[in-house]
Amino acid sequence: MSDLTTRDSAETPDHGHGPTTDGDGTDLARPLFTGPGALPAADVPHRPRASDVNPKAARRVERQIAAMFMLAVLMVILFVIAYVGIDPYTMAYVPVLGEVGAQNAALGFTFGLGVFAIGAGAIQWAKKLMPDVEVVQERHTMTSDAEETDAAAEQFERGKEESGFGQYRLIRRTLIAALALFPIPLVVLLRDLWSPKNGGFGPSPSEVLSETAWTEGMPIVTDGTYVKIRPEEIPVGGLVSALPENINEIQEEEHNLNARGKAAILLVRMEPDEIRSQQGEGWDFEGIVAYSKICTHVGCPIALYEHRTHHLLCPCHQSTFDLADAGNVIFGPAARRMPQLPIGVNEEGFLVAKMPFQEPVGPSFWERG
Amino acid sequence: MSTVEKVGGSVATYVDNRTGSNRFLARNLKKVFPDHWSFMLGEIALYSFIVVLLTGVFLTLFYKPSMVEVVYDGSYVPLKGVMMSEAYASTLDISFDVRGGLLIRQMHHWAALLFIAAMSVHMMRVFFTGAFRKPREFNWIIGVTLIALGLAAGFSGYSLPDDLLSGTGLQIARGIIQAIPIVGTWGAFLLFDGEFPGTEFISRLYGVHILLVPGLILALVTVHLMLVWVQKHTQFPGPGRTNNNVVGYPLMPIYMAKAGGFFFVVFGVITLIGGLVTVNPIWIFGPYTPDQVSAGSQPDWYIGWLDGMLRIMPNWETVLFGYTISWNIFLPAVVIPGIVFTAAALYPFLEAWATGDKRDHNLLDRPRNAPVRTGIGVMAITFYFLLFIGGGNDIIAITFDLSINSIIWFLRIAVIVGPPIAFLITKRICLGLQRRDREKLLHGYESGRILRLPHGEFIEVHEPLTPKERAVIESAVEAYHTPLPAAQKTDANGVRNKHYRRENLRAKLSHWFYGDAIVPPTYDEIEAGQAHVAHDAAIEAPLHEHDVDTTVMVPFHGGILHTEGEPATNREQLEERGGNL
Amino acid sequence: MKALAARRRNPVVVTLLLLVALLGVGGVYAVATSAAPAEATASNDQTAIDEGKRLYLEGCSSCHGLNAEGTSNGPTLIGVGAASVHFQVATGRMPMAAPGAQAGAKPPVYTDEEVAQMAAYIASLAPGPAIPTAEQLDYSDADVAEGGVLFRINCAQCHQAAGGGGALTQGKYAPSLMDATPQEIYEAMLTGPQNMPVFGDGTLTVEDKQAVIAYIMNLQEAPSPGGISLGRLGPVAEGLFLFAGVMVIFIGLAVWIGIKAR
Repeated sequence: MSDLTTRDSAETPDHGHGPTTDGDGTDLARPLFTGPGALPAADVPHRPRASDVNPKAARRVERQIAAMFMLAVLMVILFVIAYVGIDPYTMAYVPVLGEVGAQNAALGFTFGLGVFAIGAGAIQWAKKLMPDVEVVQERHTMTSDAEETDAAAEQFERGKEESGFGQYRLIRRTLIAALALFPIPLVVLLRDLWSPKNGGFGPSPSEVLSETAWTEGMPIVTDGTYVKIRPEEIPVGGLVSALPENINEIQEEEHNLNARGKAAILLVRMEPDEIRSQQGEGWDFEGIVAYSKICTHVGCPIALYEHRTHHLLCPCHQSTFDLADAGNVIFGPAARRMPQLPIGVNEEGFLVAKMPFQEPVGPSFWERG
Repeated sequence: MSTVEKVGGSVATYVDNRTGSNRFLARNLKKVFPDHWSFMLGEIALYSFIVVLLTGVFLTLFYKPSMVEVVYDGSYVPLKGVMMSEAYASTLDISFDVRGGLLIRQMHHWAALLFIAAMSVHMMRVFFTGAFRKPREFNWIIGVTLIALGLAAGFSGYSLPDDLLSGTGLQIARGIIQAIPIVGTWGAFLLFDGEFPGTEFISRLYGVHILLVPGLILALVTVHLMLVWVQKHTQFPGPGRTNNNVVGYPLMPIYMAKAGGFFFVVFGVITLIGGLVTVNPIWIFGPYTPDQVSAGSQPDWYIGWLDGMLRIMPNWETVLFGYTISWNIFLPAVVIPGIVFTAAALYPFLEAWATGDKRDHNLLDRPRNAPVRTGIGVMAITFYFLLFIGGGNDIIAITFDLSINSIIWFLRIAVIVGPPIAFLITKRICLGLQRRDREKLLHGYESGRILRLPHGEFIEVHEPLTPKERAVIESAVEAYHTPLPAAQKTDANGVRNKHYRRENLRAKLSHWFYGDAIVPPTYDEIEAGQAHVAHDAAIEAPLHEHDVDTTVMVPFHGGILHTEGEPATNREQLEERGGNL
Repeated sequence: MKALAARRRNPVVVTLLLLVALLGVGGVYAVATSAAPAEATASNDQTAIDEGKRLYLEGCSSCHGLNAEGTSNGPTLIGVGAASVHFQVATGRMPMAAPGAQAGAKPPVYTDEEVAQMAAYIASLAPGPAIPTAEQLDYSDADVAEGGVLFRINCAQCHQAAGGGGALTQGKYAPSLMDATPQEIYEAMLTGPQNMPVFGDGTLTVEDKQAVIAYIMNLQEAPSPGGISLGRLGPVAEGLFLFAGVMVIFIGLAVWIGIKAR
């Protein structure tokens, strides 16, 4: 206890509870450190708490804390009752909360209040009944003293000498080489994080990213209901989220949603004279144009189409494209226009892709060029 | 001695015989921690992390990290029969078919949000009070790393349910990885096992989320706390508090009860909120498919500033020798965050170098006493906040009936202009406060009471500072520093100074940091000033003698202090008391 | 000629003419309904049309033109159909209170009867989407889950997954669907009000529309299993609650711990 001193009175070791007060209930702390580098300490009045001087108040606090702990016990019991007794699917109206899941609210309330009461009781105990007199402890600098530093350096030197690290040049150099190469297998092993299914090294990432499920003559179907579309079914101002006809077969074959993530398109119809430009001559069909649904910024699906302005807005980063003007960017962080899919009708009168996308869809990548 | 104590004692002996634990306890149970509400912020972070760990273990028992498509057949009717990944289906099961599962899931999410929020606010406290200075620079770096890891933990968890919102977030993450020059495309293919979304990513992310990141966080938190323990906590200036002591309460019993109790309090509040307030209602968003999206797709709050930066960035992209560099993504999503985190981590060293300050600092700075640092902090917060606004621009647009385009243009300008303005204003406010502090130290408080002295002079009575106020304000004396001297091109002998450029930069930075600070009074001046105040008080004291019977003091015409029922002028009062005021 | 003129007033001729007229209208009606079932004209009640025209000239013509041909202030209404009139006027979007990026919903100015009369007038100008029938609006047999899928494909991108609405470009917005009635939703899909695109019956069939309506109704009525819903706005609202609520609570508790007891 050499570096531990209570701030109000060293003479009364029973800090906190002892009768350290004078007549008006105030006692003065003693200045402790006035040496160089220290702030001049000052006398601070220490006011004892009600529970320090009034045994009745102390009893009251004791009961209060015990009540909190009892509340915790009660809440745990209620928690178990709620778990067993309330049907998890019932909803109940609770004021303030609204129509909410009854069991979830009951479990959270009982458990939460119970745990809270334990903490509140403990804190109240510390605040009201444990000593509230501040204690001073000295700090010691982190720096080792000169003796220790010398000893450490000596030990290190001795080790260096004994190992001969400085002496055996060949060992040293080969060890460095070995350690430098040691992590390579750990990195090489990561290569098969991506392994094309057909064995071998397969197509390169940029080849994969540049292809979609769209082929020449591929019928266009609606997303969600997968029915082929006749041009007259899309009114002027109409919007259809669409996919290639074979999308579900591809998905079943590949067991993933990759094809969907690239092939999704939007069909919109405007008056033919509203189309100011397109990415290719005659890529529309009687005012129906098809654009990729995948944003060229970072790849969010994008279908916030305003049929009067022909603007297409991305909900993620607000890139805006003009579908009446070749899908060019008119606002926001996207740098590339939306790729257009050339469309026409087949002999049965259904909308089809006239040819695949002529540029990679989705976000830019290094090799895209 | 009771039986319990006997058993406890013999257990302690048993353990001590094998570990020497008593030596540790003897030294540490009395360890003193200073008390201040802002020292609890780090505790909130720690405790919410413990809640995250506990609830996370429960969730692993039910969650299936699989992207295999299944048909949902649980009890949430509006999704019955819908195709979805097993990950999403199992998260729905946790929410609806495991009793208490929704509570634990919501606790996990709220606690995670709180964990990062508390870390951030804790970091602000440490920054603005200069607690990162020597000897605590390592702990600052660990703290910055913990925040970065917190973001990783949060984002990976946000992505696991594989709902429409989290999948959109992953799609964006994929786009960002793909935008990294040279290695981006391959990196993305390796991480996702090919194209987006693939079938492997959720299970890979799961490992990262439940093992790698929390393991690192746990390790670093341990080191963080050990360093706090070894270095002892910093304290605010106050009576008797010096750079070489700790004034506070002992660990045993006060902090055992307070900190232990606070853990339960944090746990309890998180549980209450988990039970009463919805977070991330994934059943509303639906399963992820890469061709669907919801308006208002937002990341959780801590990613908001990064998303905001992505939103307000102009659309720059260059194609060079057939290769694409997406500045519009690479800069805001990779380069600038990298700079921000690096600058944050290195700040203690930059400041120490610029100021030439090599002392230990265990006594905290009041933010006003380091105006430039405080200005830098407010500048950073302004920058962050503007980007954060950007991250929610669509919600702000619809809530306040504004145009998205106007908000983005405003932010594009404000994010450049706003932080410097914030810096200047903050610095001015700090200097103003310093001036006022100086006045207080020299002249005490202005009481507003005017007194006319016998020879006709009017004085305003100043009241002395209380010891606590004085100690706090006086810390400005310790905090004050003169700038480094200007660098010399040649030394006294005319030899060229090889390090001139570096020294010159350093001197300029030092001047920038300290140059405008208000020179605080010396201790002698303070003593003299306070003595003067005491003298004033002594002059006024006789007037107060009458306070005992007549408590109402009224200012009288001519500004002379007048006690009711007393002669109205000083002269009359003087005469009544025999010429002795 | 006089004789012919005189005979026109003959009751028999009048009856004959009426018959021809009715048959003609009926025939056109039949042709129109068979070609596009939803485009049936609402009412051929001439008095309703006349009354509707009077209301139109008073309240709408300044922007949409005396003959509904459109002006620089408002688009043409020829061919927009009764459904469009009902949607715009019954939700209070029309007449607009003030020029702005978009006409918002507000308490309607006209009574249901007046709306029907105006709808009849507009429908009489040219065929257009009719007000959906009770049968079309009956979503009781619709598949809610299927509706959810279609909602997320076609609607959520603008109206948000929870139907809370979302922002569009230049101050425009997709409104919240939380107070929308099945009829309004149906009419909006059919007519594409303001900047909303049209979802024709060809690509989103009547059954599909019913399913979507069923899902939106489910969203409107759905309780919140997890507690206070925070408006189902997602992470922004959660973040706000975290800082304005949870962090404030915790800082308050931290202050309480730090305060010396009395």
